[in-house]
Amino acid sequence: MRQKVFNWGRYPQGDVDLLPLYYLEELDELTSKPCIARGNGRCYGDSSLSSQVISTITFDKALIFDKKQGIFKCQSGMQLSDILDIIVPHGWFLPVTPGTKFITVGGAVASDIHGKNHHTEGSFSKHIIEFEIYSGEGLHYTCSAKEHPDLFHATCGGMGLTGIITSVTFQLKKIESVFITRVQEKARNLDEAFELFEKYSNHTYSMAWIDCLKGGNSFGRSIMMAGEHTTLNELNAKQKPEALKLLQGSKLNIPLDLPSFMLSGLSVKSFNELYYHKILGKVKQDKTYFDQFFYPLDAINNWNRMYGKHGFIQYQFVLPLSTSRAGLVEIMEKIRNQGSGSFLAVLKQFGPQDGMLSFPMEGYTLALDFPFRPGLLKFLNKLDELVLKYHGRLYLTKDARMDAEVFKASYPNLGEFINVLDKYVPKRSFSSFQSERLFG
Amino acid sequence: MGSILILGGTSDIAISIAEEYLSNGYQVVLAARNLERLGIVKSDLQIRYNGVVEIKPFDAEELQSHHDLVGSLDPLPDITLCAFGYLGDQSIAKKNTEECLKIITVNFTGAVSILNLISERYKKNRAGTIIGLSSVAGERGRQSNYIYGSSKAAFTSYLSGLRNELFHFGCHVLTVKPGFVDTKMTKHLELNPWLTAQPNQVAKAVFRGANSKRNTIYVLKMWRFIMFIIRQLPETVFKRLKM
Repeated sequence: MRQKVFNWGRYPQGDVDLLPLYYLEELDELTSKPCIARGNGRCYGDSSLSSQVISTITFDKALIFDKKQGIFKCQSGMQLSDILDIIVPHGWFLPVTPGTKFITVGGAVASDIHGKNHHTEGSFSKHIIEFEIYSGEGLHYTCSAKEHPDLFHATCGGMGLTGIITSVTFQLKKIESVFITRVQEKARNLDEAFELFEKYSNHTYSMAWIDCLKGGNSFGRSIMMAGEHTTLNELNAKQKPEALKLLQGSKLNIPLDLPSFMLSGLSVKSFNELYYHKILGKVKQDKTYFDQFFYPLDAINNWNRMYGKHGFIQYQFVLPLSTSRAGLVEIMEKIRNQGSGSFLAVLKQFGPQDGMLSFPMEGYTLALDFPFRPGLLKFLNKLDELVLKYHGRLYLTKDARMDAEVFKASYPNLGEFINVLDKYVPKRSFSSFQSERLFG
Repeated sequence: MGSILILGGTSDIAISIAEEYLSNGYQVVLAARNLERLGIVKSDLQIRYNGVVEIKPFDAEELQSHHDLVGSLDPLPDITLCAFGYLGDQSIAKKNTEECLKIITVNFTGAVSILNLISERYKKNRAGTIIGLSSVAGERGRQSNYIYGSSKAAFTSYLSGLRNELFHFGCHVLTVKPGFVDTKMTKHLELNPWLTAQPNQVAKAVFRGANSKRNTIYVLKMWRFIMFIIRQLPETVFKRLKM
């Protein structure tokens, strides 16, 4: 049955045949037409939209949890939130997690997600022991860095184009408590922000909230946030027995699309002002529950509806280390002059990365939301030019509109990726509106 | 600690009920046709709930095999949930005997066959609870699904007789009529929220209903009201409706 489907940015919308996957045996029939896998729909644009979509949300069973070695295996539709509920009480944590826990493991592989620890621990693919993938025509492969390594590296970050990932086995990370010891420090401008990234580069987790609307001396003012998993020694006698106990937080909900005047330049500016002054001193250290540290926005159901019914585009780019400073200045100036930036943008340092279409590269990444307005697409094309000028690239998982030329110019391993497609999916059985736009 | 046998253990509703009983400390025995699928459900439940889950092969249509299954259950779980069913396709079933028989066998004959065996053992033990998932479709035959509906009507009737018999042996029978249920399959459909229960709502209602020895439950109150109206309509009016 055809239905309107959209992902987290609510743009674009597609007329889609959404077919649930329950059992492996169904894959032959489900993939008889070109299709793409879709998990919980938390990519922002059209990466998981196609005229035929295989929904893996129904394919969500836990298969193995080795509590001694910290190894977890599950079907691809299982969500990180469910995994956390299982593993945290046993002293294990996700090796890498994005800013929401409501994504599936299959999506984590296909996007080769990164987290606040990319500069120290790399992207999700680095922690995968193996995964299984269905590449059409009855062919299933087990892939790891050693077994079918070409298909492995093409699938991590490959946006579902190599097939339907069916199960993933990955290594968890040992923790002693559910808390994060967090340090927040204010940077008065962009130079200070860069200094703080250097200062905190040994912290496992780090990122900065950056105000894209402020000019002059305060241009690029930020709040650096760094964190470590709290150890038992840091807890008091009362906290120790409950160190690994999950807490249930209450949730806010945005039940309907907010009118767009809520996001006028003035309200965004005042929000940023409030946010920046939330921390009174220059440095603040505290302990926080992991949910609040990693998933502050998950506490607001449907926060994407804040941008109104026309949706929004989240624009995330990365620039190499050598051009990061100059590139960020020019791009942020352009955004500021146009005045349509979002509440807050996120600045983050990346470490080195291999992979064919994986997004990260050693350097800095900036992510910000643009509510959908007339003229936005044109403006973003202009930003693309700047990103290319500084040898950067855009995150495919958030993309909904990039031109094929920009994509081809910014992903240097594309040729290698296409060779893998030729070898394993010569009939191109898996395609999305995004891949039609970018590869077409 | 109690235990429950779930017949038809791979459906969303059955799994939700298994989860409810596991989180209340019960041991669970899942029985269904496809052992490979059951194995996956078992690993998932064990990992999520840290409980004891056993699996057994069971095919509602293979009536001859039921005796062996019941014989292999030692001890017999104190609760038996009959959760299997087959909706089938009315338009095919009308013309095709095989499809028609399958609907009747799975929903009625198969259920009777296995529950006869189990209830005899419960009678002997003078303890035990049987839960049958029947359907609101069994309350009045409608043109769009009366083969399924009549098989469920027969099942409801069987359960009521069984309840009457087992009462005198200290055993209990609960009939559940879930109405629409929002399974993962229907996640993306627009179902009327007043009429549609979540699988975990069904599971909680079943757990509570069995504990408090209710006889018949509709998961959502609205259904009791709707079915009351539907039962009251005179046949001269009802036969003219298109539903």
